[in-house]
Amino acid sequence: MKKLDKNKLILGIAAPVLAIVAALLITSVIILATGKDPLHAYAVMADFGSKSDSQVWIINKAVPYYLSALAVAIGFRMNLFNIGVDGQYRIAAFFAAVVGGALTLPGFLQIPLIILVAMLVGSVWAGIAGVLKTTRGVSEVITTIMLNAIAAAVIGYFLQDGRLAVKDGNLFHTPNLPASSHFFTIPTQPAPLDGFLVIAVVVGFAYWFVLNRTRFGFDLRTVGQSESAAEAGGVSVKRMIVTSMLLSGGAAGLIGMPTLLGTSYNYGTDFPIGIGFTGIAIALLGRNHPVGMAVAALLWGFLERTGTQLEFEDYQQEIVGVMQGVIVLCVVVAYELVRRYGLRLQQRQVGEELAAQARKTEKAEVSA
Amino acid sequence: MELRGITKRFPGVVANHDIDITIHRGTVHALVGENGAGKSTLMKILYGMQKPDEGTISIDGDQVSFHSPADAIARNIGMVHQHFMLADNLTVLENVVLGGEKLHGIGGKARAEIIKISDRYGLGVRPDVLVEDLGVADRQRVEILKVLYRGARTLILDEPTAVLVPQEVDALFDNLRELKAEGLTVIFISHKLGEVLSVADDITVIRRGTTVASVVPGETTPKQLAELMVGSELPSPQTRESTVTDVEMLKVDGLRLSTADAEGVERTVLDEVSLTIRKGEVLGIAGVEGNGQAELVEAIMGMRDPDGGTITLDGVDISHRPTRARREDGIGYIPEDRHRHGLLLEAPLWENRILGHVTEKPNAKGRLLDLKAARADTARIVAEYDVRTPGIEVTAASLSGGNQQKLIVGREMSHHPKLLIAAHPTRGVDVGAQAQIWDQIRAARREGLAVLLISADLDELIGLSDGLRVMYRGRLVADADPATITPEELGSAMTGAASGHLTHSDSDTAADSEPRPSQEGESE
Repeated sequence: MKKLDKNKLILGIAAPVLAIVAALLITSVIILATGKDPLHAYAVMADFGSKSDSQVWIINKAVPYYLSALAVAIGFRMNLFNIGVDGQYRIAAFFAAVVGGALTLPGFLQIPLIILVAMLVGSVWAGIAGVLKTTRGVSEVITTIMLNAIAAAVIGYFLQDGRLAVKDGNLFHTPNLPASSHFFTIPTQPAPLDGFLVIAVVVGFAYWFVLNRTRFGFDLRTVGQSESAAEAGGVSVKRMIVTSMLLSGGAAGLIGMPTLLGTSYNYGTDFPIGIGFTGIAIALLGRNHPVGMAVAALLWGFLERTGTQLEFEDYQQEIVGVMQGVIVLCVVVAYELVRRYGLRLQQRQVGEELAAQARKTEKAEVSA
Repeated sequence: MELRGITKRFPGVVANHDIDITIHRGTVHALVGENGAGKSTLMKILYGMQKPDEGTISIDGDQVSFHSPADAIARNIGMVHQHFMLADNLTVLENVVLGGEKLHGIGGKARAEIIKISDRYGLGVRPDVLVEDLGVADRQRVEILKVLYRGARTLILDEPTAVLVPQEVDALFDNLRELKAEGLTVIFISHKLGEVLSVADDITVIRRGTTVASVVPGETTPKQLAELMVGSELPSPQTRESTVTDVEMLKVDGLRLSTADAEGVERTVLDEVSLTIRKGEVLGIAGVEGNGQAELVEAIMGMRDPDGGTITLDGVDISHRPTRARREDGIGYIPEDRHRHGLLLEAPLWENRILGHVTEKPNAKGRLLDLKAARADTARIVAEYDVRTPGIEVTAASLSGGNQQKLIVGREMSHHPKLLIAAHPTRGVDVGAQAQIWDQIRAARREGLAVLLISADLDELIGLSDGLRVMYRGRLVADADPATITPEELGSAMTGAASGHLTHSDSDTAADSEPRPSQEGESE
């Protein structure tokens, strides 16, 4: 039994290591093809990425990425592909910004209220896809993609002077949040860390706890592994689909909060977009595991931070995008390979162990 | 054809080692063995789907090495798979020529060839019928014809009788004898010993991946064969005593259910089904698959909502209760398809132990899982129900079918159900596990469990049940007393030929020698 556990651990680490090594090799070939030295590029990245201001930047960047990955992972564990996290967090952040900008309550009321509004709006937006899937059988992949476009259109409509936005130079944005709504920061040198880091850690822990330690989480994972077995086991698959879409959307609602409450204090035309798609990559890379996704989010931040530095060294900045793409591809392939290999390995080991047991008893019978 | 020292180290539970078989031209050669003994692997090697690690195959003295089924077909070996590989929306002709267009074209010549083959071996195949309109037995004949059309002189049949009722089995055996008479060789895989003895010229027994005996049917009995298969003496037959009480446990009254099929046409799948099972009673439902048995089970389990009628469990109306509530109320469920409905294949055994009982002790404390207790209880089930596994952390997929089933039976029994629904409880399960599962059902019945048993194995049905009902096109059309009925009589009622109360006619005495599950492994 010990042997099996050890194998499990080795296989668990083997997949990401294999993926990163393969990704490094492929990226090196690409950099070589552009006529540059890949090793130097890596050295520049490592050097720049380990500077303390880079580290703070990377961690702050990783927080929304991590939240996004969690939102996507909730769907993945259910075998649902919530590709609409992007639209969910944007529309959630937008309405949270509108509500926050309209009120002036003390911070201990206002901040939770803004976060709550964001989670609710995110839930509703994702819930639409869940309800359509269970009542009309529409694939959540299709609906969530469409809802992304609809979210962008809705925001575009309201984000105009005289509607819900104010004009500020060339930009439109929602009225600024009052100072009471500014989230706390963790004082570090040279720049402070975003206080939302704490929320991200708490949500990550909750994700792990609910999935692995509660009846609800077991039901959710059951549906993800086998819908038919879950149905026979007494799980209402339809209700589970809606519930998990609501949860996924709720988590998505948090993605925009570090930006809204920590840096921008409003939702404007320059509000970051695309974090929902980054979350998909990070969830894949981190294998839906709360710690794995944290590592993946940091890696993503690292690549983005150091990518900018490559430009100064006369590399194409796009090389970072290539790296990210290659890593995700390698990870998906490597995990599938390792998973299949692991399953086969285990079947063989079980077979061998049982055969050995059988032989032993046979011998015992013969000698007796 | 000769196989010598075939060894296959295969990522599975049983590998083949040192297989030696000699198959003579123009004979029916049966390969028998428990499920998981390595029969299928051996067949895949013969048909070129797997390459052996060691050993040689020779045909007519030439040593051959197959890299793909195409190589095997080139040496005139054909295979009829257990699961048919036919396109429903094509005609028989189209199915036969599919992939073999170069042989005789796709038109008149091909049709003439099909009719020629069909007449020659008495297959009775009509080339222009849509496959979807054919019954199971006809489809099987199409599969055989497909293989013959490609020039096969050696046919491998993988468990061909698993899907047939007794009359159809007899017809198939007549076809096989025709083939033999024409000089063809048939390799016949089965674990139904009675059938093997009636049709085979030679029998090779496989156990734990290797050949343990070659016997001739005239010199052996089903009991001896079964003992060779499991490698030990089987438990002796046990006498039956009725444990039926007069307390009603499950009452189904006028149950109706219709579903829309793929074309959107409403079809009645359950039509006024009424039945009562009392404490300590096993009620067996016989029927050709697809006549509403699966829907009946799903309606009782709450996986389908009936359109009309009531389901009463222990005096409580559960007609529209959710599945989970019914499980908590005491329905145990051994599903027909354990991979789809009974297990999480890639999850460890202890998670599989929780499946379906997540709200119940020892798996949960309040809304939280109790992993420690669940693990401890899994270890108990593994020990008590003799699940052969190195531990409870391995995935369910790495166990053999029989051991998976023992785990499911153990899990369902551990919650002391009032009603057990057992759908094909020993399908794809080896003889040893089969006897254990039967024993467990009998033991539970003695303690007052009500059992709804659905099975395609008529011997199992007759041997275990206290009462029998026959299901045909969504209705319970006939009932019978298992003490007197024979599989043949039951089989004809399953085709809709008889209804009402079936009584045993004494003219049919041959059937009395048929083995029953009450005589343990003999029926396997």
